[in-house]
Amino acid sequence: MGNHSDGTPTSSDAVAKAGHDEVDKFQDPGLAPHRLRLADTDPKAAKRAERQVAWLFIISIAGTLLFFVAYFGIRLDDTFGTLRLQNTFLGLGVAFAMLGIGTGIVHWARALMPDHEVAEERHELRTEEDRLAALKIVDDIIDETGIKRRPLIRNTLIGAVALAPLPAIAIFRDLGPLPGDSLRHTLWKEGERLARDPDGTPIKASDVTIGSAFHVIPESLNSLEHGKLNAKAKAVVLLMRLDPQDLNPSEGREDWSYNGIVAYSKICTHVGCPVALYEQQTHHLLCPCHQSTFDLTQECKVIFGPAVRPLPQLPITVDADGYLVAQSDFHEPVGPSFWERG
Amino acid sequence: MKALSQKRRHPLAALALLVMGLMLTGGLYAVVTTVNEAKADTTTYSAHEVEEGEKLFIANCATCHGLGASGTDAGPSLAGVGAAAVDFQVGTGRMPMQMQGPQAREKPKQFTTEQTREMAAYVATLGDGPALPAEEYIDGEGDAAAGGELFRVNCAMCHNAAAAGGALTRGKFAPSLAGVSNSHVYSAMVTGPQNMPVFNDANITPEGKRDIITFLNTIENQGNPGGAKLGSLGPVSEGLFLWTAVLGVIIGFTIWLTSRTS
Repeated sequence: MGNHSDGTPTSSDAVAKAGHDEVDKFQDPGLAPHRLRLADTDPKAAKRAERQVAWLFIISIAGTLLFFVAYFGIRLDDTFGTLRLQNTFLGLGVAFAMLGIGTGIVHWARALMPDHEVAEERHELRTEEDRLAALKIVDDIIDETGIKRRPLIRNTLIGAVALAPLPAIAIFRDLGPLPGDSLRHTLWKEGERLARDPDGTPIKASDVTIGSAFHVIPESLNSLEHGKLNAKAKAVVLLMRLDPQDLNPSEGREDWSYNGIVAYSKICTHVGCPVALYEQQTHHLLCPCHQSTFDLTQECKVIFGPAVRPLPQLPITVDADGYLVAQSDFHEPVGPSFWERG
Repeated sequence: MKALSQKRRHPLAALALLVMGLMLTGGLYAVVTTVNEAKADTTTYSAHEVEEGEKLFIANCATCHGLGASGTDAGPSLAGVGAAAVDFQVGTGRMPMQMQGPQAREKPKQFTTEQTREMAAYVATLGDGPALPAEEYIDGEGDAAAGGELFRVNCAMCHNAAAAGGALTRGKFAPSLAGVSNSHVYSAMVTGPQNMPVFNDANITPEGKRDIITFLNTIENQGNPGGAKLGSLGPVSEGLFLWTAVLGVIIGFTIWLTSRTS
């Protein structure tokens, strides 16, 4: 324990001579008088601190051992109980292993390592010499490369640098085809049956009693081989039945519903969360992400929240067998606004 | 107490506090789960039960629902709601309502199982409606994985993926499903109480409902593999915990790092 600092400030005199001669407004008080720590004066306290640091490191060792005891010692059966027990002890073991090392080193540095204060003088921000030196380097480069005297080299270099980024365009094109008009179309088409999510069984109009809410996918979705999730993400629909008197269809949309059964896109027009929180008494649809609220009795007009467009309605009717079918695709793009949509 | 306050500057005090905090938080959330009880039912009611049910109805429900349950401005008609609706609303204490509000809250039930049954018998005579669930569909012995898929499609958006409940508009909310009996879960699906949509048997088959109930029983009984689940409410409670407890610990460490050693 002989390498303690005696606490003498080693370089405080550099700051003590305060500023310029002519300014006398503010005297640099210099460093506060150094206060010795207990461990600096009392060998017993130093010994105690040493033991404390060692104990913290031992706690770290115990933590690592605890991790391995839990990892190998706890037999996982099929229940969550053993998994939870193991997770708890794995976490505690790693926590103590890390905390022990960290707190040990900090305690060591605070209590035992030299604690002399050091002040560093601030440098001048920019000197004229540095600026001139930098200018000279630029001039030297222009002069020594001879780029002004050799236009052939200069022009070919410009050509090379201009062409070199072009491969990047080819590479980034490979990230995928442009979306094209895929954002404007979904799987729905005339005659496409409305089916239950997830099993894909078609829905009869008589199945939909008043107050019901069905989560709907196009019947052909489950037979898709590729891009099923993307297709589903655009095509999901919520089907609800209200008293027909509660619906107030605007002109041209009177025949989009069937006996009070309406179908609306489930994709929020704000940022695309599924709007499926249907309140069957108030006829409100709530988006759980940002609380946009749509009123089913006003063709899903936004009555609260950040969304600005109503949910797109899917025109539906029934086919000869009594199953609900779409009359067409949605008449507008589903989901959030995008650049080209305008 | 004095000994404790003298120790507060002890180098290990921060560590001890941290450990105590961790243990306390873990302990608080290790809440014991309650076991669901299934209920026997036969859907035939005696004339005596219907008669007693009508008396109870006139005394307790007719103020809002009207004589003969034909409905008033304060409450809807009960024709055709079925025995299942009565069993759910009265059996969970939601009815009779304490006061008009955004939503009838669950509270200690006001009637015995027998009285509830009598009122259900009376309301069932008013019109065809969903009957009490058959025993075979509420035994919780279905396919939990299939039930989980149905739950995530049909229920999770309101009731939360872990069935912990969630907020709706203007003071309404979807309640947590922990501790709700299997028969009440079934009745709620077929009757669509308050703002919950109806999930009739054409939408989710009785077997599907049985699977959902099995799923709910499973997630309630098996516990959480990750330790403290903080109410399973997602980013709100987890963020709050991080911002208060964890940032508090970090601030504590920075104060300790920069403080003067004695």
